[in-house]
Amino acid sequence: MKYISSVPIYLQVVNSIKEKIITGELSPGDKLPSGRELALQYTINPNTAARVYQTLEQEQVCFTRRGLGTFVTEDGERIRLLREEMAGTLVRQFLEGMKRLGITENDVMEMIRQAND
Amino acid sequence: MLESKEITKVYGRKTAVDHVSLKLTPGFIYAMLGPNGSGKTTWMKMAAGLVKPTSGRMYFDGRPLDIDSRRRIAYMSTEPYFYTWMKVSDVGKYYQDFFEDFSMEQYHLLLERMQLTPDLKTSSLSSGMMAKLKIAVTMARDSDVIMLDEPLNGIDLLARDQIMQSIVERVSERRILLISSHLVEELETVADYAIFMKESRLVDFRELEELRSSEGISVTDKYRQIYGTNGGEA
Repeated sequence: MKYISSVPIYLQVVNSIKEKIITGELSPGDKLPSGRELALQYTINPNTAARVYQTLEQEQVCFTRRGLGTFVTEDGERIRLLREEMAGTLVRQFLEGMKRLGITENDVMEMIRQAND
Repeated sequence: MLESKEITKVYGRKTAVDHVSLKLTPGFIYAMLGPNGSGKTTWMKMAAGLVKPTSGRMYFDGRPLDIDSRRRIAYMSTEPYFYTWMKVSDVGKYYQDFFEDFSMEQYHLLLERMQLTPDLKTSSLSSGMMAKLKIAVTMARDSDVIMLDEPLNGIDLLARDQIMQSIVERVSERRILLISSHLVEELETVADYAIFMKESRLVDFRELEELRSSEGISVTDKYRQIYGTNGGEA
Protein backbone atom coordinates (compact mmCIF):
# COMPACT_ATOMS: atom_id res chain seq x y z
CA MET A 1 0.00 0.00 0.00
CA LYS A 2 1.12 3.52 -0.78
CA TYR A 3 0.99 5.76 2.27
CA ILE A 4 0.68 9.48 2.75
CA SER A 5 3.57 9.97 5.13
CA SER A 6 2.08 12.99 6.91
CA VAL A 7 -1.14 11.19 7.91
CA PRO A 8 -1.11 8.70 10.80
CA ILE A 9 -0.33 5.29 9.35
CA TYR A 10 -2.81 3.47 11.60
CA LEU A 11 -5.66 5.62 10.23
CA GLN A 12 -4.69 4.82 6.66
CA VAL A 13 -4.72 1.10 7.39
CA VAL A 14 -8.02 1.44 9.29
CA ASN A 15 -9.53 3.10 6.20
CA SER A 16 -8.11 0.46 3.90
CA ILE A 17 -9.76 -2.30 5.96
CA LYS A 18 -13.02 -0.37 6.13
CA GLU A 19 -13.00 -0.06 2.36
CA LYS A 20 -12.50 -3.79 2.01
CA ILE A 21 -15.51 -4.37 4.25
CA ILE A 22 -17.68 -1.92 2.31
CA THR A 23 -16.73 -3.31 -1.09
CA GLY A 24 -17.33 -6.86 0.09
CA GLU A 25 -13.73 -7.96 -0.26
CA LEU A 26 -14.14 -8.78 3.43
CA SER A 27 -17.47 -10.28 4.46
CA PRO A 28 -19.32 -9.96 7.79
CA GLY A 29 -17.86 -12.43 10.27
CA ASP A 30 -14.61 -12.92 8.31
CA LYS A 31 -11.50 -13.55 10.37
CA LEU A 32 -8.88 -10.83 10.01
CA PRO A 33 -5.14 -11.53 10.01
CA SER A 34 -3.30 -11.53 13.33
CA GLY A 35 -1.58 -8.30 14.36
CA ARG A 36 1.75 -9.66 13.21
CA GLU A 37 0.36 -10.81 9.87
CA LEU A 38 -1.28 -7.46 9.36
CA ALA A 39 2.04 -5.74 10.08
CA LEU A 40 3.76 -7.85 7.42
CA GLN A 41 0.93 -7.45 4.92
CA TYR A 42 1.01 -3.66 5.17
CA THR A 43 4.72 -3.33 6.04
CA ILE A 44 3.90 -1.44 9.19
CA ASN A 45 5.09 -1.64 12.73
CA PRO A 46 3.34 -4.34 14.84
CA ASN A 47 2.52 -1.66 17.41
CA THR A 48 0.72 0.26 14.70
CA ALA A 49 -1.10 -2.92 13.68
CA ALA A 50 -2.32 -3.36 17.27
CA ARG A 51 -3.61 0.21 17.21
CA VAL A 52 -5.47 -0.50 13.95
CA TYR A 53 -7.45 -3.28 15.62
CA GLN A 54 -8.03 -1.21 18.76
CA THR A 55 -9.54 1.54 16.62
CA LEU A 56 -11.69 -0.83 14.55
CA GLU A 57 -12.98 -2.42 17.74
CA GLN A 58 -13.76 0.91 19.37
CA GLU A 59 -15.75 1.83 16.30
CA GLN A 60 -17.45 -1.56 16.46
CA VAL A 61 -16.40 -2.42 12.94
CA CYS A 62 -14.56 -5.46 14.26
CA PHE A 63 -14.68 -7.58 17.38
CA THR A 64 -12.23 -9.86 19.12
CA ARG A 65 -12.93 -13.34 20.38
CA ARG A 66 -10.39 -14.15 23.02
CA GLY A 67 -7.92 -16.71 21.77
CA LEU A 68 -9.54 -16.85 18.36
CA GLY A 69 -8.67 -13.51 16.78
CA THR A 70 -10.32 -10.46 15.32
CA PHE A 71 -13.38 -10.66 13.09
CA VAL A 72 -15.40 -8.34 10.86
CA THR A 73 -18.65 -7.24 12.48
CA GLU A 74 -21.72 -9.31 11.63
CA ASP A 75 -23.92 -6.25 12.08
CA GLY A 76 -25.16 -5.32 8.61
CA GLU A 77 -26.50 -1.99 9.87
CA ARG A 78 -23.01 -1.06 11.11
CA ILE A 79 -21.56 -1.79 7.68
CA ARG A 80 -24.26 0.28 5.98
CA LEU A 81 -23.42 3.16 8.35
CA LEU A 82 -19.74 2.68 7.60
CA ARG A 83 -20.42 3.25 3.91
CA GLU A 84 -22.26 6.46 4.74
CA GLU A 85 -19.50 7.66 7.05
CA MET A 86 -16.80 7.10 4.46
CA ALA A 87 -18.87 8.60 1.64
CA GLY A 88 -19.58 11.61 3.87
CA THR A 89 -15.88 12.12 4.53
CA LEU A 90 -15.07 11.97 0.81
CA VAL A 91 -17.78 14.50 -0.02
CA ARG A 92 -16.63 16.90 2.71
CA GLN A 93 -13.03 16.68 1.52
CA PHE A 94 -14.15 17.27 -2.04
CA LEU A 95 -16.26 20.27 -1.09
CA GLU A 96 -13.46 21.76 0.99
CA GLY A 97 -11.16 21.47 -2.01
CA MET A 98 -13.70 23.17 -4.25
CA LYS A 99 -14.25 25.91 -1.68
CA ARG A 100 -10.51 26.61 -1.64
CA LEU A 101 -10.71 27.07 -5.38
CA GLY A 102 -13.52 29.58 -4.85
CA ILE A 103 -16.15 27.53 -6.66
CA THR A 104 -19.71 28.04 -5.46
CA GLU A 105 -22.04 25.21 -4.48
CA ASN A 106 -24.22 25.72 -7.56
CA ASP A 107 -21.23 25.58 -9.84
CA VAL A 108 -20.03 22.43 -8.10
CA MET A 109 -23.39 20.75 -8.73
CA GLU A 110 -23.32 21.83 -12.37
CA MET A 111 -19.75 20.54 -12.78
CA ILE A 112 -20.71 17.15 -11.32
CA ARG A 113 -23.64 16.87 -13.76
CA GLN A 114 -21.44 17.74 -16.69
CA ALA A 115 -18.68 15.36 -15.66
CA ASN A 116 -21.20 12.57 -15.35
CA ASP A 117 -22.57 13.01 -18.88
CA MET B 1 16.54 -1.22 28.11
CA LEU B 2 19.54 0.34 26.41
CA GLU B 3 20.54 3.71 27.72
CA SER B 4 23.32 6.21 27.19
CA LYS B 5 23.93 8.84 29.83
CA GLU B 6 25.79 11.96 28.74
CA ILE B 7 27.91 9.80 26.48
CA THR B 8 30.74 11.52 24.64
CA LYS B 9 33.41 10.34 22.22
CA VAL B 10 36.31 12.50 21.17
CA TYR B 11 38.74 11.48 18.43
CA GLY B 12 41.71 13.83 18.60
CA ARG B 13 40.23 17.26 18.00
CA LYS B 14 36.94 16.00 16.69
CA THR B 15 33.99 15.30 18.96
CA ALA B 16 32.05 12.47 17.30
CA VAL B 17 29.33 12.16 19.95
CA ASP B 18 28.63 15.03 22.32
CA HIS B 19 26.84 14.37 25.63
CA VAL B 20 24.08 12.20 24.23
CA SER B 21 21.51 10.83 26.67
CA LEU B 22 19.11 8.40 25.09
CA LYS B 23 16.87 5.61 26.35
CA LEU B 24 15.65 2.76 24.14
CA THR B 25 12.90 0.43 25.33
CA PRO B 26 12.19 -3.14 24.15
CA GLY B 27 9.26 -3.71 21.83
CA PHE B 28 9.96 -0.78 19.57
CA ILE B 29 11.71 0.11 16.34
CA TYR B 30 13.88 3.19 16.50
CA ALA B 31 15.13 5.07 13.45
CA MET B 32 18.36 6.94 14.04
CA LEU B 33 18.47 9.74 11.52
CA GLY B 34 20.96 12.36 10.46
CA PRO B 35 23.46 13.09 7.72
CA ASN B 36 26.81 11.33 7.53
CA GLY B 37 29.12 12.44 10.30
CA SER B 38 26.33 13.33 12.72
CA GLY B 39 27.41 10.71 15.27
CA LYS B 40 25.06 7.80 14.50
CA THR B 41 27.74 5.20 13.87
CA THR B 42 29.87 6.21 16.84
CA TRP B 43 26.86 6.05 19.16
CA MET B 44 26.00 2.57 17.87
CA LYS B 45 29.56 1.37 18.23
CA MET B 46 29.61 2.51 21.83
CA ALA B 47 26.28 0.75 22.40
CA ALA B 48 27.76 -2.39 20.88
CA GLY B 49 30.78 -2.10 23.18
CA LEU B 50 33.18 -1.71 20.26
CA VAL B 51 34.23 1.85 21.05
CA LYS B 52 35.05 3.10 24.52
CA PRO B 53 33.35 6.39 25.45
CA THR B 54 35.58 9.33 26.36
CA SER B 55 33.09 10.21 29.08
CA GLY B 56 29.60 9.19 30.08
CA ARG B 57 28.34 5.66 30.10
CA MET B 58 26.23 3.06 28.32
CA TYR B 59 23.79 0.97 30.36
CA PHE B 60 22.02 -2.23 29.45
CA ASP B 61 19.08 -3.26 31.64
CA GLY B 62 20.22 -0.77 34.25
CA ARG B 63 23.79 -2.04 34.51
CA PRO B 64 26.89 -0.62 32.87
CA LEU B 65 27.52 -2.32 29.56
CA ASP B 66 29.88 -5.28 30.00
CA ILE B 67 31.01 -8.41 28.15
CA ASP B 68 27.88 -10.26 29.21
CA SER B 69 25.45 -7.64 27.91
CA ARG B 70 27.48 -7.32 24.71
CA ARG B 71 26.60 -10.91 23.94
CA ARG B 72 22.95 -9.90 23.84
CA ILE B 73 23.50 -7.08 21.38
CA ALA B 74 23.76 -7.67 17.64
CA TYR B 75 25.33 -4.92 15.59
CA MET B 76 25.75 -4.61 11.85
CA SER B 77 28.44 -2.11 10.91
CA THR B 78 28.78 -0.37 7.59
CA GLU B 79 32.22 -1.84 6.95
CA PRO B 80 32.55 -5.20 5.18
CA TYR B 81 33.78 -7.84 7.56
CA PHE B 82 33.97 -11.23 5.92
CA TYR B 83 37.14 -12.99 4.87
CA THR B 84 37.36 -13.16 1.11
CA TRP B 85 37.75 -16.98 1.08
CA MET B 86 34.38 -17.43 2.78
CA LYS B 87 31.31 -18.77 1.10
CA VAL B 88 27.89 -17.64 2.27
CA SER B 89 27.60 -20.92 4.21
CA ASP B 90 30.95 -20.28 5.94
CA VAL B 91 29.69 -16.90 7.12
CA GLY B 92 26.86 -18.71 8.91
CA LYS B 93 29.22 -21.21 10.54
CA TYR B 94 31.53 -18.40 11.60
CA TYR B 95 28.65 -16.63 13.29
CA GLN B 96 27.41 -19.84 14.88
CA ASP B 97 30.83 -20.29 16.50
CA PHE B 98 30.84 -16.75 17.80
CA PHE B 99 27.28 -16.18 18.97
CA GLU B 100 25.17 -18.46 21.12
CA ASP B 101 21.99 -16.80 19.96
CA PHE B 102 22.68 -17.42 16.26
CA SER B 103 20.06 -19.56 14.53
CA MET B 104 21.16 -21.42 11.40
CA GLU B 105 17.53 -22.06 10.53
CA GLN B 106 16.69 -18.36 10.67
CA TYR B 107 19.84 -17.62 8.65
CA HIS B 108 18.79 -19.96 5.84
CA LEU B 109 15.30 -18.53 5.88
CA LEU B 110 16.66 -15.01 5.49
CA LEU B 111 19.12 -16.09 2.77
CA GLU B 112 16.26 -17.57 0.82
CA ARG B 113 14.23 -14.41 1.13
CA MET B 114 17.19 -12.31 0.01
CA GLN B 115 17.80 -14.69 -2.88
CA LEU B 116 21.25 -15.70 -1.76
CA THR B 117 22.51 -19.28 -1.91
CA PRO B 118 24.92 -20.88 0.60
CA ASP B 119 27.44 -21.90 -2.07
CA LEU B 120 28.09 -18.33 -3.27
CA LYS B 121 31.57 -16.97 -2.62
CA THR B 122 31.53 -13.72 -0.67
CA SER B 123 34.28 -12.37 -2.94
CA SER B 124 31.97 -12.73 -5.94
CA LEU B 125 29.04 -10.83 -4.39
CA SER B 126 27.89 -7.48 -5.76
CA SER B 127 27.68 -4.66 -3.23
CA GLY B 128 23.89 -5.08 -3.00
CA MET B 129 24.23 -8.83 -2.35
CA MET B 130 26.92 -8.19 0.25
CA ALA B 131 24.62 -5.73 2.01
CA LYS B 132 21.87 -8.34 2.07
CA LEU B 133 24.21 -11.00 3.42
CA LYS B 134 25.29 -8.74 6.27
CA ILE B 135 21.67 -8.13 7.20
CA ALA B 136 20.79 -11.84 7.01
CA VAL B 137 23.64 -12.90 9.25
CA THR B 138 22.98 -10.15 11.82
CA MET B 139 19.23 -10.69 11.91
CA ALA B 140 19.68 -14.45 12.33
CA ARG B 141 20.72 -13.72 15.90
CA ASP B 142 17.97 -13.88 18.50
CA SER B 143 19.43 -10.88 20.34
CA ASP B 144 17.75 -8.49 22.76
CA VAL B 145 19.13 -5.59 20.78
CA ILE B 146 19.57 -5.53 17.01
CA MET B 147 21.32 -2.48 15.59
CA LEU B 148 21.66 -2.04 11.86
CA ASP B 149 23.88 0.76 10.65
CA GLU B 150 22.68 1.99 7.24
CA PRO B 151 21.13 -1.34 6.18
CA LEU B 152 19.50 0.17 3.10
CA ASN B 153 22.64 1.58 1.52
CA GLY B 154 23.32 0.23 -1.94
CA ILE B 155 20.19 -1.90 -1.92
CA ASP B 156 17.67 -1.80 -4.74
CA LEU B 157 14.01 -1.02 -4.23
CA LEU B 158 12.68 -4.59 -4.26
CA ALA B 159 15.31 -5.87 -1.88
CA ARG B 160 14.48 -2.97 0.42
CA ASP B 161 10.93 -4.28 0.72
CA GLN B 162 12.30 -7.70 1.71
CA ILE B 163 14.54 -6.11 4.30
CA MET B 164 11.74 -4.02 5.76
CA GLN B 165 9.65 -7.20 6.01
CA SER B 166 12.44 -8.97 7.86
CA ILE B 167 12.75 -6.06 10.24
CA VAL B 168 9.01 -6.07 10.98
CA GLU B 169 9.20 -9.83 11.59
CA ARG B 170 11.91 -9.35 14.17
CA VAL B 171 9.85 -7.07 16.38
CA SER B 172 9.28 -8.62 19.77
CA GLU B 173 8.29 -7.40 23.21
CA ARG B 174 11.74 -8.12 24.54
CA ARG B 175 13.73 -6.70 21.64
CA ILE B 176 15.05 -3.28 20.73
CA LEU B 177 15.54 -2.62 17.03
CA LEU B 178 17.64 0.35 16.05
CA ILE B 179 18.17 1.28 12.42
CA SER B 180 20.28 4.15 11.25
CA SER B 181 19.68 5.64 7.87
CA HIS B 182 19.81 8.77 5.86
CA LEU B 183 17.04 7.31 3.69
CA VAL B 184 14.29 8.68 5.87
CA GLU B 185 11.28 7.75 3.70
CA GLU B 186 12.04 4.05 3.91
CA LEU B 187 11.52 4.04 7.65
CA GLU B 188 8.34 6.15 7.74
CA THR B 189 5.88 3.29 8.11
CA VAL B 190 7.90 0.89 10.23
CA ALA B 191 9.63 2.91 12.93
CA ASP B 192 7.95 3.80 16.22
CA TYR B 193 10.38 6.56 17.12
CA ALA B 194 12.84 8.79 15.31
CA ILE B 195 16.09 9.92 16.87
CA PHE B 196 17.52 12.98 15.17
CA MET B 197 21.28 13.44 15.38
CA LYS B 198 22.96 16.61 14.24
CA GLU B 199 26.59 17.64 14.56
CA SER B 200 27.34 14.98 17.19
CA ARG B 201 24.35 15.88 19.34
CA LEU B 202 20.89 14.50 19.89
CA VAL B 203 18.60 17.29 18.67
CA ASP B 204 15.17 15.68 18.72
CA PHE B 205 13.35 12.50 19.66
CA ARG B 206 9.86 11.88 18.27
CA GLU B 207 7.15 9.30 18.16
CA LEU B 208 6.22 9.07 14.49
CA GLU B 209 2.45 8.57 14.76
CA GLU B 210 2.35 11.40 17.30
CA LEU B 211 4.27 13.65 14.90
CA ARG B 212 1.75 12.86 12.15
CA SER B 213 -1.37 13.25 14.28
CA SER B 214 -0.42 16.33 16.32
CA GLU B 215 1.63 18.28 13.80
CA GLY B 216 0.35 16.70 10.60
CA ILE B 217 3.85 16.23 9.27
CA SER B 218 5.93 13.24 8.20
CA VAL B 219 9.34 12.28 9.48
CA THR B 220 10.72 13.46 6.16
CA ASP B 221 9.16 16.90 6.78
CA LYS B 222 10.66 16.95 10.28
CA TYR B 223 14.01 15.94 8.83
CA ARG B 224 13.87 18.89 6.44
CA GLN B 225 12.97 21.23 9.31
CA ILE B 226 15.90 20.07 11.36
CA TYR B 227 18.59 19.82 8.72
CA GLY B 228 17.41 22.45 6.25
CA THR B 229 16.61 21.69 2.63
CA ASN B 230 20.26 21.75 1.64
CA GLY B 231 21.85 20.64 4.88
CA GLY B 232 20.65 17.04 4.83
CA GLU B 233 21.03 14.28 2.30
CA ALA B 234 17.41 13.15 2.12
